[in-house]
Order: sequence, then structure tokens, then C-alpha cells
Amino acid sequence: MFSRREFLMAATATSALLGSGMAGSWSRLMAQQGLTEDQLLAMEPTGKLTLVHVTDIHAQLKPIYFREPSTNLGIGPVKGKPPHVTGADFLKLYNIQPGTPEAYALTSVDFAALAAAYGKMGGMDRVARVIRHIRDERGADNVLLLDGGDTWQGSFTANATEGQDMITVMNALQPDAMTGHWEFTYGTDRVQEAIDALPFAFLGSNIYDSEWDEPAFEAWKMFERGGARVAVIGQAFPYTPIANPRWMIPDWSFGIREEDIAQHVAEARDEGADLVVLLSHNGFDVDRKLASRVDGIDVILTGHTHDALPEPVIVNDTLVIASGSNGKFVSRLDLDIKDGKLAGYAYRLIPVFSDVIAPDPDMAALIDEVRAPYEDQLSRVLGRTEDLLYRRGNFNGTFDDLICEALLSERDAQIALSPGFRWGTSLLPGQDITFEDVHNACAMSYPAAYRSTMSGRMLKDILEDVGDNLFNKDPYYQQGGDMVRVGGMGYTIDPEAEIGKRISDMTLLSTGEAIDPAKGYVVAGWASVNEGTEGPPIGEVIEAHILKNPVVKLPENQSVKLAG
Amino acid sequence: MTLSRRQALGLSAGAAAVLAFSPTFALSATDDTDAAIKAFTGGATPAEGTVSLDTPEIAENGNTVPVGVSVESPMTEDSFVESVLILADGNPNPAVATFHFTALSGIAEAKTRIRLAKTQNVIAVAKMNDGSTFIDRKEVKVTIGGCGG
Repeated sequence: MFSRREFLMAATATSALLGSGMAGSWSRLMAQQGLTEDQLLAMEPTGKLTLVHVTDIHAQLKPIYFREPSTNLGIGPVKGKPPHVTGADFLKLYNIQPGTPEAYALTSVDFAALAAAYGKMGGMDRVARVIRHIRDERGADNVLLLDGGDTWQGSFTANATEGQDMITVMNALQPDAMTGHWEFTYGTDRVQEAIDALPFAFLGSNIYDSEWDEPAFEAWKMFERGGARVAVIGQAFPYTPIANPRWMIPDWSFGIREEDIAQHVAEARDEGADLVVLLSHNGFDVDRKLASRVDGIDVILTGHTHDALPEPVIVNDTLVIASGSNGKFVSRLDLDIKDGKLAGYAYRLIPVFSDVIAPDPDMAALIDEVRAPYEDQLSRVLGRTEDLLYRRGNFNGTFDDLICEALLSERDAQIALSPGFRWGTSLLPGQDITFEDVHNACAMSYPAAYRSTMSGRMLKDILEDVGDNLFNKDPYYQQGGDMVRVGGMGYTIDPEAEIGKRISDMTLLSTGEAIDPAKGYVVAGWASVNEGTEGPPIGEVIEAHILKNPVVKLPENQSVKLAG
Repeated sequence: MTLSRRQALGLSAGAAAVLAFSPTFALSATDDTDAAIKAFTGGATPAEGTVSLDTPEIAENGNTVPVGVSVESPMTEDSFVESVLILADGNPNPAVATFHFTALSGIAEAKTRIRLAKTQNVIAVAKMNDGSTFIDRKEVKVTIGGCGG
């Protein structure tokens, strides 16, 4: 258990180590900061009912570093609106002082330095402590715990157990409902078996049987909490069979299906719901549009795009709550319901500072137990990084630069493609790179690192396709990932342009020559959605590369240029 | 071809709904979508509204894209939907199917699945018994896929 004094000492010591040569005001301010568990958990309560939301944990049982993006462009009407505000602009918008714990938790500004001072975040034992505190304070019968999905995937142990380690841990937290996305990448049989065994509801209003075109999952559920009737509608990631392998879940069809949500809202109101909640894995911009088009949703607990916002965004009288990812945050939303209507709310995005919030001892023991069979593998050191390794950002991340380097050298390719996933934890300069760290960036059920020949035309089509998934002006056509990462090739992108016109100046970096649409190039990549993709698992490729090059030092990535 | 339960349900939405594939509008490759619409409406420009398409924003599988169409109508002898033309404006032959209804259909709804090779508009044009026509248009994106998440 960490006392306030110990934390302050740690922070001060780090500050002393770094010396006075640091630019910026963070170190001085940091020394003035004192964080206590009471401060992190304190909140002026409102009403009787509390919703607790966690989402996109990506199987991170232990505390982690996770750098928020420095580039997250909004297109069209959402340009410059949260969550498309990053770095110093984010701090200004939410009136957060640089160098503070909030600045560290919510932005990429001074990340490496602040991470060294404030420590890791998350850890399901700390999350358990936060949830227990809320249930104790508010009364368990007044609290609804909702999990937005992307819970069962993202670590070596989750992949090795097909999500079972996370299911065991989440069950101990006793959620009331969840929805999903990466859960489905374990395939129909495993997903069905796991869902059947859950002691709580798995909700998916938008999951249909692809043969009969009929609803395949429980769409919504009514709960009695805090003296109110609360309807929770589940919305799984609409593009699961497109962004992830459809062949693994051939019987299920997804989609946004907003008319279904409107229908469930009406049903819920007819059955006397005082509050209607959408537990969603749509992604922020999709949910913002949906809130503007479907009336009668009081709260959308959004997920998928990993945004952490300290205040709700209010659209058409709907509170849209974005609770971050990787266990970094727990959202607490107090609701005052009067005469069957939402009369008031209070919200806190609780940052889970792992050195401040004490681990729940029962959960800590359970986590150790599920990890025990793998602990020797997980802690094996492969190398060390001199640079900050992270993934988030629209166009590139240093961890992906490392993966692309590994693909180019280990698969002997001219060009490397690495998907723009938003999961994957961060490593600080000077940190060892363990087997676990590598798998936090690539653990999945379709990891084959392929090597094939693609024409320049095909490469352009891929970049245009992914670019349109990210930057389509209509959020309903966005899939919520970031741009595919490219190694060995540079390009220019104009996000505001139409599909087919965003990408230009594609260049083979090894020779500096322009990519020829008619010419073939040797391309290595991973996470293909196509059945029968061949190649070694990406984890082995990265491991082999790091073992041969045990000190990671990456050149600055200047291969993507922004136009327009 | 075997008739699946889904197809049977789609057809049974109107007991007298008759599914006629594009030979009714055997267009040459040079005929464009507008010409097909004009041929169907008798040259009139159809109004927006009344007819609505139900399509996915992004196709999960371009080879079999579920398309539903429904038309607001009392479906009485005095006022009913005669037919609905479905078009895909990026296909070499844009006319995909025509659904025929009578007042006895009871409801003007139908579902089918169509093949879309690339991103394009799916269009539904409804013709009422009084000759008035209505149109709805939805873009369906067909992607390479695989880089979301």
C-alpha cells in the first residue's frame, strides 16, 4: 500500500534525478503536487443512482504506461472538437495545468518525464479498489457496473487462455452487463461458450444472425437500481466482421442499425424505464452522430476509440461519456432521477494512479493466480529501449516503427504494413523490453506475419481504403482505427480529400524512387483478415528482431507528410 | 437455387409480391442509372421520401449485401404501391430487381441480397397506383477491410 508521503517522496526523488535542466514547468509543479487516494476518489455525490463504466481494458491486468495521442484529427463538423483535441490544446480546453497528474493522465505532453514521476496507471486490482469504494459509498444496490468491451484481448495471457484470464477477473468485479468487439476474434464457438458461462448479460442490439437476418443476442436489459428502472442497451462494434476476420464469426452480422436502437429506446420507455443507457462500442464520433439522430437516450457510455474526456459531451440531451482505455480510468456518473426523468448528474473520470490507489488484496491475489502459469515467460527480457515506445496517433507510433523495422528485416521485405490499432501499451526510455511488453502490442488470434508481392496500385488502394475508414466525413463510415503504419515507404496524405485523392507522393524510401502502380513490391505485414494467411506469428518476428538488435533506438519517422 | 427461410420471409411480406429480376429492364451496358429510373417513372423525376432503403453503411461482404425496402402506403384498392425498382449505380447493369405489389400485399416491404463489386449508391424507386413516384438513395461502401480497431 502506498501512502501519500511515499508517493511524494518518489516524485521528489525522480525530480532530483532528472535535475534542473528539464525544460517546461512540470518538474516544479510536480513537486508541489500531492496525490492521495481520497483525493482521487472524492466526489460530491448527486442523486441516488451511480453508473460505473470501464471500457477497452485490452486485457491489461497489471499497471501500465499508456501515452494518449498527440495527433487525433477530426474531419468536417467535428474538427477541433473533443476528442479531436490533443496536447497543449487539450490542457487549455479543460483548464489543466501542464505537469499535473491530470496532464500526465490525459495527454501526451512531457509524457516520458511525467510518466517517470507519476508512475504507471491502471491495474485491475486498483480498478477493483475504486469500484469497491464506489459501491461502499453509494450502496451496492444503487450502482450499475458496465463494461464497454475490448476486455478479453490485448495481452499474451488473454490470448493464451482465449480471454479466460480476463473473464475470471471481470467476473470477480461483478459487472451488470458488457458488450464487445475484439472478444469476437476468438471465433464463434469460443465466444458463444464464454458468453453462455457469464454470470451477467452480454448485450448486442446490433448483432444479427447472418443467415436469418434476425437478432442473435440479447439487445437490452432492465435493471432496478437506486430506486430507478434503468434500461441498458448494448451496442457491439458495428464493423467487427470488416475490421476483423469475418471468417471467424461467419454466422454473425453487425452494423450500426440505429433504427433498432430507437426501437429499443421506445420499448424500454414503454416498460417504464426512468433512464435509458446505451453501452456502446461504436467509437466516439459514431456515438455523437447517433445521439443527434436517436432521441431519448439519456447516457451513452462510449468506447472503441479509446478517448478519455474529463467531462461529458452533451448532444441532443444525451450525456456522452468517454472513459479511456487500458484500465487507466474508471468513470463514475452519479444520476439524480426525479419523476421518471434525469434531473441532474455529477461526473468524474477517475484516473487510476497505480502508486496512489492501493491494490484490492483479493483481486491482486486473483491476478497473480491467473498469471502464474505464464510468469516466467512474461518477465523474460528481450532488450532495452532508448526511446519512448507508444502506438497511439493517427499516422504513426514508435512501437509500430519498431514492428515495421522487424517486418522489413526478418521477412526481408521492401515495404512493411502494420495495422493502426489503438491498443498496445507504452514503454519509457531506458526501460527493458520484456516478452510481455512485445505481446501487449501484438497479442491476437490471427497473428501471421505474411510476405507477399503487391503492386503499387494495390498499396495505394489499401492506403486510400484505410484513410477513408479514418477520415470519412460521415462518422457512420468510420471504423475507428488509425492509419495503417508503413515501413520502407513514405507518402503524403490529405485527410480532408475524398477517397482516391487523399494519398500522393508514394515513395520507396530505400531508393527514393516513386512507387510505380504497375510494379510489384515485396510487402510484409500482419493481422490480415483473410483466411489462410501464412507466416510466423508477429510476436516471434518482433522478438527475433529485438534479440538481434537489443538496444532499440529509432530514427524519427518522417515518412508521412500531411497535406491540405 | 433453394429458397431459404429468410428469402421466404422476405417474399411473404406481401403474399402477392412478385420478385422479377432485371430482364424486365434489360438495359444495355451503355444505359445509365438515370435512364433506368426515367424508363420506370415514365420520364418523371421521383420525389424524395415515402420509400426507404435499409442497407448497411459498409458491406460486410460485397458478394451478398442485404438490401431491404419499405414504402409507406395504406395498401388499399384506392392507394397502393405497384412496384419498387432497386438499382445499384456502380454495377455494369444498374437495374437489380423489381418488386411488384397489389393492395392485397397488405404491406409494401421486401428484402433481398445483392452483389456490389465496389462502393456505390443503392437506389430504390417506388411507383404508386396513381402514377406518382418516390426515390431513396443510400451509399454502400465496399472496403478492403482489416485495419480497424
